[in-house]
Amino acid sequence: MSGHSTYQPQGKFAKWLDSRLPILTLMNAQAIDFPTPRNLNYFWTFGAILMMMLVVQIVTGIVLAMHYTANVDLAFESVEKIMRDVNFGWLLRYMHANGASMFFIAVYIHIFRGLYYGSYKAPREILWILGVVIFLLMMATGFMGYVLPWGQMSFWGATVITNLFSAIPLIGESIVQWLWGGFSVANPTLNRFFALHYLLPFMILGVVILHIWALHVPGNNNPTGVSVKSNQDTVPFHPYITIKDTFAMVLFCLFFGWFLFYIPNYLGHPDNYIPADPLVTPAHIVPEWYFLPFYAILRAVPSKLGGVIAMFGAIAVLFILPWLDTSKVRSGAFRPMFRPFFWVFVLVCIILGWLGSQPAEGVYVILARIGMVYYFAFFLIILPVLGLIERTTPLPASIAESVLGKSGGGSAQPAGSTAAPADKG
Amino acid sequence: MDSSEPTRRDFMYLATGAFGAVGVAAVAWPFIDQMNPDAAALALATTEVDVSAMAPGQSITVSWRGKPVFIRYRTEDEINSAKDVPLSDLKDPIARNENLQADAPATDQNRAAPEKEPWLIMVGICTHLGCVPIGEAGAFNGWFCPCHGSVYDTAGRIRSGPAPENLLIPTYEFTADTVIRIG
Repeated sequence: MSGHSTYQPQGKFAKWLDSRLPILTLMNAQAIDFPTPRNLNYFWTFGAILMMMLVVQIVTGIVLAMHYTANVDLAFESVEKIMRDVNFGWLLRYMHANGASMFFIAVYIHIFRGLYYGSYKAPREILWILGVVIFLLMMATGFMGYVLPWGQMSFWGATVITNLFSAIPLIGESIVQWLWGGFSVANPTLNRFFALHYLLPFMILGVVILHIWALHVPGNNNPTGVSVKSNQDTVPFHPYITIKDTFAMVLFCLFFGWFLFYIPNYLGHPDNYIPADPLVTPAHIVPEWYFLPFYAILRAVPSKLGGVIAMFGAIAVLFILPWLDTSKVRSGAFRPMFRPFFWVFVLVCIILGWLGSQPAEGVYVILARIGMVYYFAFFLIILPVLGLIERTTPLPASIAESVLGKSGGGSAQPAGSTAAPADKG
Repeated sequence: MDSSEPTRRDFMYLATGAFGAVGVAAVAWPFIDQMNPDAAALALATTEVDVSAMAPGQSITVSWRGKPVFIRYRTEDEINSAKDVPLSDLKDPIARNENLQADAPATDQNRAAPEKEPWLIMVGICTHLGCVPIGEAGAFNGWFCPCHGSVYDTAGRIRSGPAPENLLIPTYEFTADTVIRIG
């Protein structure tokens, strides 16, 4: 997909540089002339929104690290100092804390978009798997970041999550003590979590680069799921996609700003404003909202090892998704049987999230079990079987036809305007 | 030369690779092991507690190696209800008492302090995912873990919920009639 660029560096310096490091050619081919399906909808802007959120998190995180102290006696105080004393500290910390939630909102929309439009199917399996790796790294980063303020939820969240590894037979206990650097969550734990919390975003950035690389080999999927067949099907990335992504980022910033300036603690938990106490567990501990569906699955299984396996399995199943879905048709838009199952799946994920925030008793556990069964059945039974029995609706012959109709399309959109690397300013 | 005999070069290739692998492992180990509990954490701290002020029905929580330890002076009722439970009703039939053999059955006698059956001394960490259970709570009036709903009886034995084991009883001894040394 990257071979469409006809860019030649202009000017003496550009030629000199490009012949030594062809970065201008690369950037032109990948970020300016890159052919992009002309029918992308706004769900395709979340990649750019996620890139923006990663930058927001890294920038705010680096400045917060200039004021934060990773020590059990000082951490809580240093966070309060950021909130009260540091110039604009409240803004930076609320940006970082709410930014994490925005990051996860965007990534969940991005993932569900991929599920609906079959973006994980050949030839995009590696692209999808890299995305799941990013998701895992995000979860690790978010979890460790929540530990740093050293409030009650920080401490007990860290205790519960690290104890997940104690479910591993024989070596589990040693692994947990290795993670803690002691016999309970304590200063060594906080210290290493801070170091790793600083490291992981840069690892995410590295995998994001691989993710974009893997994207730019086959190019974007699109709402029809039909592959690009000619120049008629595409528009150059710049200015069409750059301006659309920028507009979506501005809209997303409004949403972000609403949380940031009006309800900055809505997604947090009041117990985390109580300093950590290793001798008292809060009456009702819950993880951050973005872990709740997985937390509900953990608690749905009445056995320690079983619960841990189910929870990790819920993410692991995403890795093999490209080989579980047997349907040859990518997009849900042409799969009438897939669609209701998909929307029930979305609903089940939301309900599991709500159940994860409720106490682990009575009807909540029963509902979580039903939800968990559907979650796994969707991947392991419904998707493999649907591909064999479903009658899909007819696909358009091309992306251009889906946009312009079968006839007269050419006159509505002159050919020259769709593949116009030479026209750009 | 089409012989399938390994040559000197094959041998040296493998030997170099093996040497390199051992070297990488040797260098990796300090980087992995530095995360294990350090000397200060390992220095086996003991905690001495004077319980002379406690009356039946009271409990205290003390910190030992950074972990909460429950010391409960049980009432007659609590002891009797723990004794009445047949072993077959228990989810975990092992005593989990570090002062006894590893396979000792989870009778009330094996859970309570030797010769002092009102006293129950346990690490106050739920064996599920490490929360601190709440005392005198739950269906068996023992301990209840608020995190994921594990219920322990008046001898600290798991009766329902996701926790796999009874609450751990650490090494301890009564150094005097009312002084307990934990660890």
